[in-house]
Formats: sequence, structure tokens, C-alpha cells
Amino acid sequence: MTSGVRRAAIGPAALRTGLVPLVAVVVAAVAPTLSAYPLTLLTQAAIVAILAMSLDVLLGYTGLPSLGHAAYFGVAAYTVGIMSTDYQRGFVSCLVGGVLLATLTAAVFGLLAIRATGTYFLMITLALGMVVWGLAFRWVSMTRGDNGIGGVPRPDLPLPWNLAAPLPFFYFALGAVLLAWVLLGLLVRSPFGLSLMGIRESESRMRALGYNVWLHKYLAFVIAGAFAGFAGVFWAYYNGFVSPVDVQLVTSVETLLMVALGGPGTLAGPALGAAVIVFLKNVVSVYTKRWLLILGAVYIGVILFAPRGVLGAFRREGR
Amino acid sequence: MTAEFWITQTFNGLSYGALLFLLASGLSLIFGVMRIVNLAHGSYFLLGGYIGLSVTWRTHSFVLALLAGALAVALIGVGMERLFLRRLSGHLLGQVLMTIGFALIFQDLALLLWGGDPYSLPVPGPLQGVLTVGTLRFPRYRLFIMALAVVVGAALWLILDRTRVGAMIRASVDDAEMAQGVGIRVPTVSMGVFALGAFLAALGGVIGGGFLGVYPGLDFEILPYAFVVVIVGGLGSLPGAMVGSLLVGLLDNFGKALFPELAYFTLFAPMALILALRPTGLFGRS
Repeated sequence: MTSGVRRAAIGPAALRTGLVPLVAVVVAAVAPTLSAYPLTLLTQAAIVAILAMSLDVLLGYTGLPSLGHAAYFGVAAYTVGIMSTDYQRGFVSCLVGGVLLATLTAAVFGLLAIRATGTYFLMITLALGMVVWGLAFRWVSMTRGDNGIGGVPRPDLPLPWNLAAPLPFFYFALGAVLLAWVLLGLLVRSPFGLSLMGIRESESRMRALGYNVWLHKYLAFVIAGAFAGFAGVFWAYYNGFVSPVDVQLVTSVETLLMVALGGPGTLAGPALGAAVIVFLKNVVSVYTKRWLLILGAVYIGVILFAPRGVLGAFRREGR
Repeated sequence: MTAEFWITQTFNGLSYGALLFLLASGLSLIFGVMRIVNLAHGSYFLLGGYIGLSVTWRTHSFVLALLAGALAVALIGVGMERLFLRRLSGHLLGQVLMTIGFALIFQDLALLLWGGDPYSLPVPGPLQGVLTVGTLRFPRYRLFIMALAVVVGAALWLILDRTRVGAMIRASVDDAEMAQGVGIRVPTVSMGVFALGAFLAALGGVIGGGFLGVYPGLDFEILPYAFVVVIVGGLGSLPGAMVGSLLVGLLDNFGKALFPELAYFTLFAPMALILALRPTGLFGRS
């Protein structure tokens, strides 16, 4: 197998592990010199990177291509939206509530989805994602439908810095992405994470070795959902606004693109892929109204010209 | 909840299901032969509607609009299949990203060419108005859609079940490698099926333009419905697409009428449940 996954796994580990902290330190050092707009983009990239890394646990490490990952992101974002506005709850209860509800959603959806493989897994996760989108869109009394929930205040933590300002909030988001990176890094390097990679390479062999494949996949699914929820909490605070756009199919697919672009099976790759897509979307949309056209071309270009992160690892799952 | 309510809603559900059948039968066929999860299928529906609209404006002919919309999109489908999708055979994630890329491009091109205003496709005179039976009123256009879906469904069934070409398609669905081995040109069959699928979706788009309208965002709005139909019925199964379409049409319609707040939930949750119990859909084979 000539996949990017395998190449990365035997590549210079120090470089891979060092890349994320290095980028983080450089960006953190440069941040005070930046104006509000680039800071906003960096904040956005940091939060979306958490989402992309969480999907990578499924896609890159376990070999499960989920088409509904925005669901858990969105459930947490909506939880924060509703708790912080209607019930005026503080950051800590919103964080716990959002991650908990996202985890629960993933725990229920996982029961339905994990049995399926290949295309069927793809389709059932798409369908489950649509269930959440449908509720966000139609359950107006709870979610305010298409209008979304506005007025989410910035976190009220007793810090010396005001998190409503761009720079402190950026550091806040940077801290979140580093925490997620460390935790997920420990996870994928643990015996559990190695078993996930074993399942990705050959489910039947892992089963023959006595591993409970279903349970491993299910736990990976729930953990990925929990971290997507973690990202969703910060997203709600960052935007100050939650809407069905956050849970729609295109958001799920865009996350897949980030992982594919960066290279599945490396946490640093999807984080980088997330940053590239966030910047591309925002920069291109400044210069032209035709940014969807360009984003579409990026999707096709990644598959045609940078297939190493994409091709190979999932070839077996075509049927 | 009078009897009238139930009859009217059932009629609406069935006629919406008929439209969904046009859209989803193509998606199911494409999946059956090529195992491609085509996220650009909703775009074929949208482009068909827009092209049909332009042709109607120029020629005032509904029949020409149907043919031009469906044929033009079939050509687009062939181009996509030959130049891009063929090389991704068996590569699931690549297909998903590639087809969504095309869907975004089509969405933006449609916005560029036809603008952001919603349009309604003019329906020819004989199909306007309602048929009154006692106190019940049935829009003629919806009756027409149901009739057309029956004709298309019967034609597809005859082709697949009774002709040599159909046998070749079925052989390719069952086992592409063996089919290739006994001398069937599977790549040609794939191209034909892809063209047919795009043709049917665009046909649905032109027809749908008469009562759903044509507007930006329709592509991604209709796509999940096509997926639900195919998932419920079973991938690659024509009877599955038929039963799935009617079921989804009815579920959607009654869901919206009875539980407006949970309308999508009442559609997608039963589907998730069917999938969990029968992962290959009602008529699918593993």
C-alpha cells in the first residue's frame, strides 16, 4: 500500500510531532502584531482544526468515512447557543453541556451506524447528519429555524483579559486546539489507537486476533463526536451565532476535504488542511463572488493532483 | 382530520413520490453499476430545470424543454463520468469529494447564468387546472407527473428485465468483473447508465420546475431526498427505488402536514431506523 497514511506513519516522527507546537508558537508570537481580520481568520482556523482532527480519528485512523460529522459539531453549538442566551448559563456549564450532548448524540448514532461498512456507512452517517439538520431547520420553537440563534455572548471566565477582544479570544482558541491535539495525540498513540489502525488495515485480522472490532469502532465514533462537540462549543462562542449552516451536509463534506487535503492518519495534516481551507474560502471570497466555483475546483484538484493523502487507504472499501 | 384531508395528502405524497422516483431511479442505477455515491445528482435536477426554463422561454414548447434539458444534462453526466469519475473507480472518499466539487461548481455556474431569482416553469395549457371528483380537487399537473413516472418506471423495468442491454446492465451490477470476462463492455455500460441517470434526474428537474419551481439551493435541498429514497429502497434496485420514492413522498408530506416542526425528522429518522435494521435497504442485496 502506497498511501499517505503509511508514509506518514514511518516518516520522521519528531518533525510530525514538532510541527503543530512550532506553528502554534510562531503564530502566537506574531498574533499581537496582526489586525482584527487576520486574527479572526486564525481563530476560525484553530476551531475548525479541532473539528478536522476529530474527524481524522474516524477517517484516518479507523478508516470510517463519516458524511455527517457536522452533526456533533452542530449539536454542541446549538446547545451553547440555547444555554447561553435563553438560560444565561456561563462558559463552564455550556462547555460541559455542549460536549456532553454531542457525545450522547454520537453514542446513539454510533449504535445505528457502526454496523454498516463502506458505502453504507457513508450513507447512514449522511442520513443521521440530515436528522440533526432537519431538527435545526424545522424545530423552530427550539432552534429558531433558518434565522438561527444570535447574540451568543463571549465566555465570561474570570480572566484578566477580555475574551470579547480578538487577540485574547484567539489565544483562547489556540489553547483549545493545542489541548485537543495533545489529547487526540495521546489517544492515537495509545494501544487503543494502534488497534484502530489495525482495524483500518484489516478488520478481519483484528477480529481473528480477538479484538472486539465493533467496540473499538464504536468508541472511536463516540470520541470523535465528543471532540467535534468540543469544537462546536468554541464555534458558537466565536461566531456569536448558530444556524442550520453549521450542521448542513456541505459543512460535513468540507471537513472531509480538510482531512483529505492534509493527509488522513496524521493529526497535523488535517489541522493544516483546515487552516488552508478557512483561509482560501475567506481570501477568495474577498476577491471574487465566484468563490464556490473555486472551492469546487479545489475539491476536484485535490483528488486529481494530490491523491496521496486521499487515494489508497480506502480503495478496498469501494464495494 | 377528515377523509378529505387524508385523500388529498395521500395524493400529494404520491405525486411528490412520483417526482422523486424520476430523480432517484437514476441515482440508484448509477450506484448499482458503478458503486459511485454521486453528490452531484441534485445538480442534474437543478440544471435540467434551468435549461428547460430557458428553452421554454425561447420556444414556448414544454416537450422541447423536457428533451433539451434532459439531453444536455445527460451529456454533462457523460463528460463527468468519462473524464473524471472513471479513474476513481472503487475509491469512495475520492468520489464523494469529486462529486461535491462538481456540485459546488454547477451551483455557482447556475447562479452566474440564471441569477438568484426563483422561477416557475410555465406549464402547458392542457396540464393546468384541476380535476374535480365530487368535493375533491386534483391538480392535473400532479396527475401528469404520476402518469409519467409510471411510464418511465415501466420502460425502465422492460429495458432492464426484457432486453439484451438490460441483461448486460444487470450482469454488470451483479459482478462487473465476470461481466467483463464474458465480453460485456462494462465501461460502455457504465457510461450509458450514467447518462441515463443524469437524463432522468434532469427530466425530473424540468417537470419539478412546474410545481416546485427552479431556484438556487434546490440542488442541495432535493439531494437528500434522492439519497433517502435510494437508501430506503436499497442501492441499485429499481423496485426499491419505486417503493422508496412513494414511501418518502408520503412520509415527507404527512410529516409536514401533521408535525410541521419535526418534518425532516419524520423523514430521516425512519430511514435511519430502516438502515439500522436492514443495512442494505428494503430491496437491496449485500
